[in-house]
Amino acid sequence: MTEVVPSYASPTGQEIVFLLLGVMAVGSALLVVTTRQLVHAALWLVVCLGALAGCYLVLTAEFVAWVQVLIYVGAVVVLLLFGIMLTRAPIGRAADLDSGNRVVAAVVAIATAAVLVTVVIDGFRTAYAPLDPGAGSAKEIGATIFRNWVLPFEALSVLLLAALIGAIVISRTDIRGRS
Amino acid sequence: MHVVYPAIVSALLFSIGVYGVLARRNTILVLMSVELMLNAVNLNLVAFDVWLRDRLHGGQVLTLFVIVIAAAEVGLGLAIVLALYRNRQTVDLDRLRALAEPPSGAGPETGVPADPGASTDPGTTPETGAETPVPVPGASRSGAESSGSAPRSGAEPGSGVTGASAERGSGPGNADNGGRDRAGGGGGRSGRGGASPDEPEHTVRVEEAP
Repeated sequence: MTEVVPSYASPTGQEIVFLLLGVMAVGSALLVVTTRQLVHAALWLVVCLGALAGCYLVLTAEFVAWVQVLIYVGAVVVLLLFGIMLTRAPIGRAADLDSGNRVVAAVVAIATAAVLVTVVIDGFRTAYAPLDPGAGSAKEIGATIFRNWVLPFEALSVLLLAALIGAIVISRTDIRGRS
Repeated sequence: MHVVYPAIVSALLFSIGVYGVLARRNTILVLMSVELMLNAVNLNLVAFDVWLRDRLHGGQVLTLFVIVIAAAEVGLGLAIVLALYRNRQTVDLDRLRALAEPPSGAGPETGVPADPGASTDPGTTPETGAETPVPVPGASRSGAESSGSAPRSGAEPGSGVTGASAERGSGPGNADNGGRDRAGGGGGRSGRGGASPDEPEHTVRVEEAP
Protein backbone atom coordinates (compact mmCIF):
# COMPACT_ATOMS: atom_id res chain seq x y z
CA MET A 1 0.00 0.00 0.00
CA THR A 2 2.59 2.47 1.08
CA GLU A 3 5.55 3.32 -1.06
CA VAL A 4 8.24 3.72 1.51
CA VAL A 5 8.73 0.63 3.60
CA PRO A 6 10.57 0.79 6.89
CA SER A 7 13.52 -1.51 6.98
CA TYR A 8 13.38 -4.92 8.56
CA ALA A 9 16.60 -4.24 10.46
CA SER A 10 15.01 -1.89 12.95
CA PRO A 11 11.78 -3.43 14.16
CA THR A 12 9.35 -1.37 16.13
CA GLY A 13 8.16 -2.36 19.55
CA GLN A 14 4.89 -3.67 18.16
CA GLU A 15 6.73 -5.94 15.78
CA ILE A 16 8.95 -7.28 18.53
CA VAL A 17 5.95 -8.05 20.71
CA PHE A 18 4.15 -9.63 17.77
CA LEU A 19 7.13 -11.79 16.90
CA LEU A 20 7.51 -12.97 20.48
CA LEU A 21 3.83 -13.89 20.60
CA GLY A 22 4.12 -15.57 17.23
CA VAL A 23 7.07 -17.66 18.37
CA MET A 24 5.06 -18.61 21.44
CA ALA A 25 2.07 -19.59 19.31
CA VAL A 26 4.13 -21.64 16.88
CA GLY A 27 6.09 -23.36 19.63
CA SER A 28 3.04 -24.34 21.62
CA ALA A 29 1.33 -25.49 18.41
CA LEU A 30 4.31 -27.76 17.79
CA LEU A 31 3.90 -29.13 21.29
CA VAL A 32 0.19 -29.70 20.62
CA VAL A 33 0.94 -31.94 17.69
CA THR A 34 3.94 -33.71 19.20
CA THR A 35 3.21 -34.21 22.88
CA ARG A 36 2.67 -37.68 24.21
CA GLN A 37 -0.02 -36.80 26.69
CA LEU A 38 -3.51 -36.08 25.54
CA VAL A 39 -4.45 -33.64 28.26
CA HIS A 40 -1.22 -31.73 27.80
CA ALA A 41 -2.09 -31.30 24.13
CA ALA A 42 -5.32 -29.56 25.13
CA LEU A 43 -3.48 -27.35 27.61
CA TRP A 44 -0.82 -26.39 25.07
CA LEU A 45 -3.68 -25.53 22.76
CA VAL A 46 -4.80 -23.04 25.39
CA VAL A 47 -1.36 -21.44 25.32
CA CYS A 48 -1.35 -21.32 21.52
CA LEU A 49 -4.80 -19.74 21.29
CA GLY A 50 -3.98 -17.26 24.02
CA ALA A 51 -0.84 -16.19 22.20
CA LEU A 52 -2.90 -15.76 19.06
CA ALA A 53 -5.30 -13.57 20.99
CA GLY A 54 -2.31 -11.46 21.95
CA CYS A 55 -1.37 -11.27 18.27
CA TYR A 56 -4.85 -9.97 17.48
CA LEU A 57 -4.47 -7.38 20.19
CA VAL A 58 -1.20 -6.17 18.71
CA LEU A 59 -2.89 -6.00 15.32
CA THR A 60 -5.51 -3.68 16.88
CA ALA A 61 -8.31 -6.22 16.54
CA GLU A 62 -9.47 -5.98 20.12
CA PHE A 63 -12.95 -7.38 19.73
CA VAL A 64 -11.71 -10.40 17.82
CA ALA A 65 -9.10 -10.97 20.52
CA TRP A 66 -11.67 -11.05 23.31
CA VAL A 67 -14.02 -13.24 21.31
CA GLN A 68 -11.08 -15.56 20.73
CA VAL A 69 -10.41 -15.74 24.45
CA LEU A 70 -14.06 -16.27 25.30
CA ILE A 71 -14.97 -18.84 22.67
CA TYR A 72 -11.77 -20.69 21.94
CA VAL A 73 -10.04 -20.70 25.28
CA GLY A 74 -13.25 -20.71 27.23
CA ALA A 75 -15.54 -23.01 25.29
CA VAL A 76 -13.75 -25.01 22.65
CA VAL A 77 -10.90 -26.23 24.82
CA VAL A 78 -13.30 -27.14 27.61
CA LEU A 79 -15.35 -29.05 25.06
CA LEU A 80 -12.24 -30.86 23.88
CA LEU A 81 -11.35 -31.73 27.47
CA PHE A 82 -14.86 -33.10 27.92
CA GLY A 83 -14.33 -35.21 24.82
CA ILE A 84 -11.04 -36.52 26.19
CA MET A 85 -12.71 -37.37 29.45
CA LEU A 86 -15.77 -39.03 27.98
CA THR A 87 -13.81 -41.24 25.63
CA ARG A 88 -11.84 -42.51 28.62
CA ALA A 89 -8.55 -41.60 27.06
CA PRO A 90 -5.42 -42.55 28.94
CA ILE A 91 -4.49 -39.69 31.21
CA GLY A 92 -0.79 -40.38 31.48
CA ARG A 93 1.82 -40.88 28.86
CA ALA A 94 0.42 -42.78 25.90
CA ALA A 95 2.64 -44.32 23.28
CA ASP A 96 0.08 -44.74 20.54
CA LEU A 97 -1.04 -41.21 19.82
CA ASP A 98 0.84 -41.07 16.53
CA SER A 99 -0.02 -43.18 13.56
CA GLY A 100 2.49 -44.94 11.41
CA ASN A 101 2.73 -42.23 8.78
CA ARG A 102 4.55 -39.65 10.86
CA VAL A 103 7.40 -39.35 8.39
CA VAL A 104 5.09 -38.79 5.45
CA ALA A 105 3.11 -36.27 7.46
CA ALA A 106 6.28 -34.40 8.40
CA VAL A 107 7.41 -34.32 4.78
CA VAL A 108 4.04 -32.99 3.64
CA ALA A 109 3.96 -30.39 6.40
CA ILE A 110 7.49 -29.18 5.71
CA ALA A 111 6.73 -28.95 2.01
CA THR A 112 3.58 -26.97 2.76
CA ALA A 113 5.47 -24.65 5.07
CA ALA A 114 8.25 -24.12 2.56
CA VAL A 115 5.87 -23.30 -0.28
CA LEU A 116 3.69 -21.00 1.81
CA VAL A 117 6.54 -19.12 3.45
CA THR A 118 8.34 -18.66 0.15
CA VAL A 119 5.28 -17.37 -1.62
CA VAL A 120 4.29 -15.12 1.25
CA ILE A 121 7.73 -13.57 1.60
CA ASP A 122 7.97 -13.10 -2.13
CA GLY A 123 4.51 -11.58 -2.39
CA PHE A 124 4.31 -9.32 0.64
CA ARG A 125 7.87 -8.19 1.16
CA THR A 126 7.01 -4.57 0.55
CA ALA A 127 3.66 -4.51 2.31
CA TYR A 128 3.47 -2.39 5.40
CA ALA A 129 0.42 -1.80 7.54
CA PRO A 130 0.61 1.09 9.96
CA LEU A 131 -1.31 0.30 13.10
CA ASP A 132 -3.67 2.86 14.47
CA PRO A 133 -5.60 1.87 17.57
CA GLY A 134 -9.36 1.79 17.68
CA ALA A 135 -9.96 0.33 14.25
CA GLY A 136 -11.10 -2.99 15.62
CA SER A 137 -12.87 -1.93 18.77
CA ALA A 138 -16.21 -3.36 19.79
CA LYS A 139 -17.96 -0.19 18.67
CA GLU A 140 -16.58 -0.34 15.15
CA ILE A 141 -17.11 -4.06 14.71
CA GLY A 142 -20.58 -3.97 16.21
CA ALA A 143 -21.61 -1.11 13.97
CA THR A 144 -20.34 -2.80 10.87
CA ILE A 145 -21.86 -6.18 11.75
CA PHE A 146 -25.29 -4.77 12.37
CA ARG A 147 -25.11 -2.35 9.50
CA ASN A 148 -23.49 -4.31 6.70
CA TRP A 149 -23.33 -7.93 7.73
CA VAL A 150 -26.75 -8.54 9.26
CA LEU A 151 -27.87 -11.25 6.88
CA PRO A 152 -24.77 -13.47 7.26
CA PHE A 153 -24.95 -12.90 11.00
CA GLU A 154 -28.53 -14.16 11.20
CA ALA A 155 -27.82 -17.06 8.88
CA LEU A 156 -24.92 -17.96 11.13
CA SER A 157 -27.16 -17.97 14.18
CA VAL A 158 -29.49 -20.40 12.43
CA LEU A 159 -26.48 -22.55 11.55
CA LEU A 160 -25.36 -22.54 15.16
CA LEU A 161 -28.81 -23.60 16.28
CA ALA A 162 -28.86 -26.42 13.73
CA ALA A 163 -25.43 -27.60 14.88
CA LEU A 164 -26.56 -27.54 18.49
CA ILE A 165 -29.67 -29.60 17.77
CA GLY A 166 -27.63 -31.98 15.64
CA ALA A 167 -25.10 -32.49 18.40
CA ILE A 168 -27.86 -33.24 20.90
CA VAL A 169 -29.56 -35.69 18.54
CA ILE A 170 -26.32 -37.47 17.76
CA SER A 171 -25.12 -37.76 21.31
CA ARG A 172 -28.36 -38.87 22.91
CA THR A 173 -28.98 -42.58 22.92
CA ASP A 174 -32.73 -42.66 23.37
CA ILE A 175 -33.52 -40.95 20.10
CA ARG A 176 -33.89 -43.57 17.43
CA GLY A 177 -34.42 -43.21 13.73
CA ARG A 178 -37.77 -43.83 12.12
CA SER A 179 -36.64 -47.32 11.01
CA MET B 1 3.84 -3.70 11.21
CA HIS B 2 5.16 -5.58 8.22
CA VAL B 3 2.49 -7.83 6.76
CA VAL B 4 5.06 -10.56 6.29
CA TYR B 5 5.24 -11.34 9.99
CA PRO B 6 1.62 -12.40 10.58
CA ALA B 7 1.59 -14.11 7.21
CA ILE B 8 4.62 -16.22 8.11
CA VAL B 9 3.24 -17.05 11.54
CA SER B 10 -0.03 -18.16 10.03
CA ALA B 11 1.72 -20.22 7.33
CA LEU B 12 3.72 -22.03 9.99
CA LEU B 13 0.63 -22.61 12.11
CA PHE B 14 -1.21 -23.98 9.10
CA SER B 15 1.53 -26.45 8.25
CA ILE B 16 1.74 -27.55 11.87
CA GLY B 17 -1.98 -28.22 11.68
CA VAL B 18 -1.45 -30.21 8.50
CA TYR B 19 1.14 -32.31 10.27
CA GLY B 20 -1.19 -32.90 13.20
CA VAL B 21 -4.10 -33.95 11.01
CA LEU B 22 -1.94 -36.39 9.09
CA ALA B 23 0.15 -37.81 11.91
CA ARG B 24 -2.19 -38.19 14.85
CA ARG B 25 -4.33 -41.22 15.53
CA ASN B 26 -6.64 -39.95 18.22
CA THR B 27 -9.70 -38.25 16.78
CA ILE B 28 -9.71 -35.50 19.38
CA LEU B 29 -6.11 -34.62 18.55
CA VAL B 30 -7.09 -34.40 14.90
CA LEU B 31 -9.86 -32.00 15.88
CA MET B 32 -7.31 -29.90 17.77
CA SER B 33 -5.11 -29.76 14.68
CA VAL B 34 -8.08 -28.62 12.62
CA GLU B 35 -8.53 -25.84 15.15
CA LEU B 36 -4.92 -24.83 14.61
CA MET B 37 -5.49 -24.58 10.87
CA LEU B 38 -8.62 -22.48 11.36
CA ASN B 39 -6.69 -20.15 13.64
CA ALA B 40 -4.01 -19.72 11.02
CA VAL B 41 -6.70 -18.60 8.60
CA ASN B 42 -8.07 -16.22 11.23
CA LEU B 43 -4.69 -14.60 11.75
CA ASN B 44 -4.38 -14.04 8.02
CA LEU B 45 -7.83 -12.51 7.86
CA VAL B 46 -7.13 -10.07 10.66
CA ALA B 47 -3.74 -9.09 9.31
CA PHE B 48 -5.03 -8.40 5.82
CA ASP B 49 -8.01 -6.54 7.17
CA VAL B 50 -5.65 -4.24 9.02
CA TRP B 51 -3.40 -3.88 6.01
CA LEU B 52 -6.12 -3.12 3.47
CA ARG B 53 -8.06 -0.81 5.85
CA ASP B 54 -11.35 -2.33 4.82
CA ARG B 55 -14.13 0.10 5.47
CA LEU B 56 -16.61 -2.72 6.05
CA HIS B 57 -14.13 -4.59 8.28
CA GLY B 58 -14.73 -7.70 6.21
CA GLY B 59 -11.69 -9.53 7.53
CA GLN B 60 -12.50 -9.13 11.20
CA VAL B 61 -16.18 -9.90 10.74
CA LEU B 62 -15.26 -12.98 8.76
CA THR B 63 -12.91 -13.94 11.57
CA LEU B 64 -15.80 -13.80 14.00
CA PHE B 65 -17.87 -15.95 11.66
CA VAL B 66 -15.06 -18.49 11.36
CA ILE B 67 -14.78 -18.63 15.15
CA VAL B 68 -18.50 -19.33 15.45
CA ILE B 69 -18.36 -21.98 12.73
CA ALA B 70 -15.37 -23.57 14.44
CA ALA B 71 -17.32 -23.77 17.67
CA ALA B 72 -20.21 -25.46 15.87
CA GLU B 73 -17.78 -27.80 14.15
CA VAL B 74 -16.14 -28.83 17.41
CA GLY B 75 -19.53 -29.47 18.99
CA LEU B 76 -20.70 -31.66 16.16
CA GLY B 77 -17.33 -33.38 15.85
CA LEU B 78 -17.27 -34.29 19.50
CA ALA B 79 -20.83 -35.58 19.33
CA ILE B 80 -19.79 -37.81 16.44
CA VAL B 81 -16.69 -38.94 18.33
CA LEU B 82 -18.77 -39.81 21.37
CA ALA B 83 -21.28 -41.77 19.28
CA LEU B 84 -18.35 -43.56 17.68
CA TYR B 85 -16.86 -44.37 21.04
CA ARG B 86 -20.19 -45.73 22.25
CA ASN B 87 -20.47 -48.06 19.30
CA ARG B 88 -16.87 -49.07 18.71
CA GLN B 89 -15.12 -48.53 22.04
CA THR B 90 -12.30 -46.73 20.29
CA VAL B 91 -11.51 -43.34 18.82
CA ASP B 92 -8.47 -44.63 16.99
CA LEU B 93 -8.51 -43.52 13.38
CA ASP B 94 -6.41 -46.45 12.26
CA ARG B 95 -8.96 -48.91 13.56
CA LEU B 96 -12.00 -47.34 11.93
CA ARG B 97 -11.89 -49.13 8.64
CA ALA B 98 -15.52 -50.03 8.17
CA LEU B 99 -15.68 -47.89 5.04
CA ALA B 100 -12.52 -49.34 3.50
CA GLU B 101 -12.58 -51.85 0.72
CA PRO B 102 -12.28 -55.37 2.07
CA PRO B 103 -8.90 -56.80 1.10
CA SER B 104 -8.93 -59.21 -1.78
CA GLY B 105 -8.32 -62.74 -0.70
CA ALA B 106 -10.21 -63.68 2.41
CA GLY B 107 -10.82 -62.28 5.81
CA PRO B 108 -9.74 -64.31 8.81
CA GLU B 109 -13.10 -65.95 9.45
CA THR B 110 -14.40 -66.40 5.95
CA GLY B 111 -12.73 -69.67 5.06
CA VAL B 112 -15.83 -71.79 4.70
CA PRO B 113 -14.99 -75.48 5.14
CA ALA B 114 -17.81 -76.61 2.85
CA ASP B 115 -16.09 -74.94 -0.07
CA PRO B 116 -12.85 -76.74 -0.76
CA GLY B 117 -11.77 -74.26 -3.41
CA ALA B 118 -11.71 -71.48 -0.88
CA SER B 119 -8.59 -72.46 0.99
CA THR B 120 -6.60 -69.29 1.04
CA ASP B 121 -2.97 -69.80 1.73
CA PRO B 122 -2.05 -68.94 5.31
CA GLY B 123 0.65 -66.55 4.20
CA THR B 124 -1.91 -63.87 3.45
CA THR B 125 -3.74 -64.06 6.75
CA PRO B 126 -1.50 -61.84 8.91
CA GLU B 127 -1.99 -58.70 6.92
CA THR B 128 -5.67 -59.30 6.40
CA GLY B 129 -6.02 -59.85 10.10
CA ALA B 130 -4.18 -56.66 10.77
CA GLU B 131 -6.19 -54.62 8.34
CA THR B 132 -9.65 -55.68 9.45
CA PRO B 133 -9.73 -55.98 13.19
CA VAL B 134 -13.39 -55.02 13.14
CA PRO B 135 -15.39 -57.79 11.51
CA VAL B 136 -17.95 -56.21 9.26
CA PRO B 137 -20.76 -58.43 8.01
CA GLY B 138 -20.63 -57.02 4.51
CA ALA B 139 -16.91 -57.51 4.39
CA SER B 140 -17.15 -61.16 5.36
CA ARG B 141 -19.75 -61.81 2.71
CA SER B 142 -17.86 -60.14 -0.07
CA GLY B 143 -14.66 -61.67 1.18
CA ALA B 144 -16.22 -65.11 0.90
CA GLU B 145 -17.33 -64.37 -2.62
CA SER B 146 -13.98 -63.10 -3.70
CA SER B 147 -12.22 -66.00 -2.09
CA GLY B 148 -14.61 -68.37 -3.80
CA SER B 149 -13.91 -66.77 -7.12
CA ALA B 150 -10.17 -66.74 -6.65
CA PRO B 151 -8.82 -70.11 -7.66
CA ARG B 152 -5.91 -71.15 -5.52
CA SER B 153 -3.62 -73.83 -6.72
CA GLY B 154 -2.94 -76.84 -4.55
CA ALA B 155 -6.39 -77.04 -3.04
CA GLU B 156 -7.28 -80.63 -2.42
CA PRO B 157 -10.36 -80.91 -0.22
CA GLY B 158 -8.70 -82.27 2.88
CA SER B 159 -6.14 -79.53 3.12
CA GLY B 160 -8.82 -76.99 2.44
CA VAL B 161 -10.67 -77.98 5.60
CA THR B 162 -7.59 -78.03 7.78
CA GLY B 163 -6.27 -74.81 6.35
CA ALA B 164 -9.54 -73.05 7.01
CA SER B 165 -9.79 -74.26 10.56
CA ALA B 166 -6.19 -73.40 11.28
CA GLU B 167 -6.57 -69.92 9.98
CA ARG B 168 -9.74 -69.43 11.88
CA GLY B 169 -7.93 -70.42 15.04
CA SER B 170 -5.17 -68.00 14.32
CA GLY B 171 -7.41 -65.16 13.29
CA PRO B 172 -7.83 -63.25 16.56
CA GLY B 173 -4.21 -63.85 17.41
CA ASN B 174 -3.23 -62.22 14.20
CA ALA B 175 -5.51 -59.32 14.89
CA ASP B 176 -3.92 -58.87 18.27
CA ASN B 177 -0.50 -59.07 16.76
CA GLY B 178 -1.31 -56.48 14.18
CA GLY B 179 -2.76 -54.19 16.77
CA ARG B 180 0.28 -54.57 18.95
CA ASP B 181 2.89 -53.80 16.35
CA ARG B 182 0.79 -50.91 15.12
CA ALA B 183 0.43 -49.46 18.55
CA GLY B 184 4.08 -49.94 19.38
CA GLY B 185 3.56 -51.56 22.75
CA GLY B 186 0.22 -50.26 23.91
CA GLY B 187 -0.87 -53.34 25.79
CA GLY B 188 -4.22 -52.16 27.05
CA ARG B 189 -5.22 -50.78 23.68
CA SER B 190 -4.56 -53.95 21.76
CA GLY B 191 -6.41 -56.01 24.31
CA ARG B 192 -9.39 -53.74 24.04
CA GLY B 193 -9.35 -53.83 20.29
CA GLY B 194 -8.98 -57.59 20.17
CA ALA B 195 -12.40 -58.18 21.64
CA SER B 196 -14.56 -57.56 18.63
CA PRO B 197 -15.80 -54.07 19.23
CA ASP B 198 -19.09 -53.73 17.48
CA GLU B 199 -21.37 -56.05 19.35
CA PRO B 200 -24.20 -54.11 20.91
CA GLU B 201 -23.87 -55.78 24.30
CA HIS B 202 -20.52 -54.11 24.77
CA THR B 203 -22.13 -50.74 24.45
CA VAL B 204 -21.21 -48.47 27.31
CA ARG B 205 -23.62 -45.66 27.85
CA VAL B 206 -22.14 -42.30 28.48
CA GLU B 207 -23.46 -41.07 31.76
CA GLU B 208 -25.98 -38.36 31.25
CA ALA B 209 -27.92 -36.24 33.59
CA PRO B 210 -31.63 -37.01 33.22
